[in-house]
Amino acid sequence: MSPTVKKSSNPVAIKDRMKVPRQLMPEQAAEERAHNFEEVNLGYSPLLAQQEAQRCLECAKPTCTDNCPVGVKVKEFVELVVEGKFLEAAAKIREDNVLPAITGRVCPQEDQCEGKCLLSKKVKPLGIGYLERFVADYEQRMGTHVVPDVSPTGKKVAVVGSGPSGLTVAGDLIQKGHQVRVFEALHEIGGVLVYGIPEFRLPKQIVREQIDYMREMGVEFETDVVVGRTVTIDELMYEEGYDAVYIGTGAGLPQFMNIPGEHLNGVYSANEFLTRINLMKAYKFPVYDEPMLDLKGKNVAVIGGGNTALDAIRSALRLGAAKAYVIYRRSDAEMPARAEEVHHARQEGIDFQMLTAPVEFLSDGKGWLTGARCVRMELGEPDSSGRRRPVPVEGSEFDLPLSVAIMAIGTTANPIVQTTTPGLGTTKRGYIQASESTQRTTRKGVFAGGDIVTGGATVILAMGAGRRAAASIHEYLTTGEWEEAGQEKVSSK
Amino acid sequence: MFRIIHAQFLAPGIKRFVIEAPRIARRQKPGQFVILRIYEEGERIPVTIENSDPEKGTVSIVVQAAGKTTTLLNSLNTGDSILDVVGPLGKPSEIANYGTVVVVGGGVGTAMAYPTAAALKRAGNRVLSIIGARNKELVILESEMRAVSDALMITTDDGSYADKGFVTDKLRQLIQNGARIDLVVAVGPIVMMKAVSELTRKENIHTVVSLNPIMIDGTGMCGGCRVMIDGKSEFACVDGPEFDGHRVNFEVLVQRNSMYRTAEQRSMEDFKHRHEAEHACMATSSAASSANQGEQR
Repeated sequence: MSPTVKKSSNPVAIKDRMKVPRQLMPEQAAEERAHNFEEVNLGYSPLLAQQEAQRCLECAKPTCTDNCPVGVKVKEFVELVVEGKFLEAAAKIREDNVLPAITGRVCPQEDQCEGKCLLSKKVKPLGIGYLERFVADYEQRMGTHVVPDVSPTGKKVAVVGSGPSGLTVAGDLIQKGHQVRVFEALHEIGGVLVYGIPEFRLPKQIVREQIDYMREMGVEFETDVVVGRTVTIDELMYEEGYDAVYIGTGAGLPQFMNIPGEHLNGVYSANEFLTRINLMKAYKFPVYDEPMLDLKGKNVAVIGGGNTALDAIRSALRLGAAKAYVIYRRSDAEMPARAEEVHHARQEGIDFQMLTAPVEFLSDGKGWLTGARCVRMELGEPDSSGRRRPVPVEGSEFDLPLSVAIMAIGTTANPIVQTTTPGLGTTKRGYIQASESTQRTTRKGVFAGGDIVTGGATVILAMGAGRRAAASIHEYLTTGEWEEAGQEKVSSK
Repeated sequence: MFRIIHAQFLAPGIKRFVIEAPRIARRQKPGQFVILRIYEEGERIPVTIENSDPEKGTVSIVVQAAGKTTTLLNSLNTGDSILDVVGPLGKPSEIANYGTVVVVGGGVGTAMAYPTAAALKRAGNRVLSIIGARNKELVILESEMRAVSDALMITTDDGSYADKGFVTDKLRQLIQNGARIDLVVAVGPIVMMKAVSELTRKENIHTVVSLNPIMIDGTGMCGGCRVMIDGKSEFACVDGPEFDGHRVNFEVLVQRNSMYRTAEQRSMEDFKHRHEAEHACMATSSAASSANQGEQR
């Protein structure tokens, strides 16, 4: 049987597509946005979106989809954009991704879909993230969400944590007809999407809209529930009648460097700094009650080179910091942050002190931070992460005057669920043991994914885990079969 | 929303609220606390749990007015609601039969010491309790504490009730009288817990204190509540709030709790001005000089 070859609707001949430059994302001017919390990127117009979509080479074997943790059918949705069928394009993405307006904004596309785009061998890759964002926003503006009509299965699933992985599980399972209730420890739904990622990168309105859509589909949410404290996994399963539980509790306890002076007033963890700003709206003090230190005219530094670090320091800049530094112990090439964020941060005037690390925080003798004693680094042999290990350069110490220092050097596993759930296996470092293919834990009916399994990662990787978990939860609820954990590969983090 | 089914002043500025919170009521154990937020623009503050009734699904909390949030909270009455109440947070007190335990409650900290004292009594301990307050009016939970103690001693700073002096004076007397003490539990102002720990360190008496740092989420995520224990950072919300008093760096706790003093004072003044403009007078007494969100417990 010969496959039906659909004729491409793209008006640009294949050979000419590489000649079309990647359409630039319209953005707020750097000098302007450095002083406000409005979104940096403004989004494509329909015309820009179609022009960009026309660059797609329509590969026979698209590597973009293979490289997407949730498997978005990129080629198909892009073709619908070319045809101007934006709503259909959005529906096509939604088949695999329940949060397209969010991933279109925060995914590290260069490491995922765009990283493997054939175009990138010669020119800039297709703007897949920009296109995803465009169709998701278009759909939202049109207000034409389709609420799928499914018959209820009578099975109940509890989702612990309302971050990207929990929302993905909820979104996928509700569409299979299961009853889903999401438990959130904080007072707002969204996890890291609301407490961590700032407004200028991901407007909270976007998150609310996605959550409202989930509510429309029938997902129930309960805030102010710390699973492990307010209710245990056992109680959910044996007393409240949940047939399966997904644990997506996310980022753990912020790490500190254990160097002198970390307890000084003015030293924050990035999680605390960002939570005060994003969740508690401390930047609107005194209209909002949660306080934070006044950053106007102050020198602020973040320690670390990931997305969290950049989110924190760019927030500090917007709160009026006179000097805003990134102190990172390796070089540009090793920085884990999303490329676009690094680019935006440089445009905004963030001062990158690369190959530098603090060795001590300095004080005024009254408990307040006055600066960081830093040392320059050079790169030695590769370490266990495969990246070259930074080694201090002797005699390179210097003092950087600072009023606020923000530690963004990663997290360790939060122990609350693990220590209150008998039989739930954990790894050496305290993360939950889960199969990499099915997200099953060592407890029957309990699944886990996202940062609580892998350690700190990205929104899209957490969503990928959520996607796999939803498929495997559905299978478990349908067949009742539970493969003993240990028979398959489990995360070794 | 969490409905207040009963609100009652225990002392001037100290109010007890019985709140409908069935999940928390079922799980609460002595030593734990809740975090609450009164309204949309409100901050999250940790608050002491006095006890709970799992049958009725209610939790009783005790709040002392100090800053804006606690003052506002204490203006709420039976039938009002609190937007968010989350808990029970922190590790519960370690309850065992230690022998003789001295439970020290200072000020509003007595409300947190009470369920621990009761549990220790039920576990078969001989419980000697000491409660201290600035003056007669501020002595709270006297009859409750008496009911769970083999002996109850009371001190007031100004001598307006019971014995004039501090809780440490009573503890010192007990030690000097040669009483065998296997454990001391102290909950109250930082200066009190520090003084108790210094006293018992010399005597080698194991001492547990309940720390009250500034907190946001209460689940370990933010790290704002880090305290220095034996020179290392630990998080009061997941590793505590109870710690070995001999290992706690109290100076760092005092220093970190002062971090937002300027903002807190501004918040309180703004609030007072607005309140005065609206009502011409304020019902509740003004903020204590040590007003800050971390001092609630």
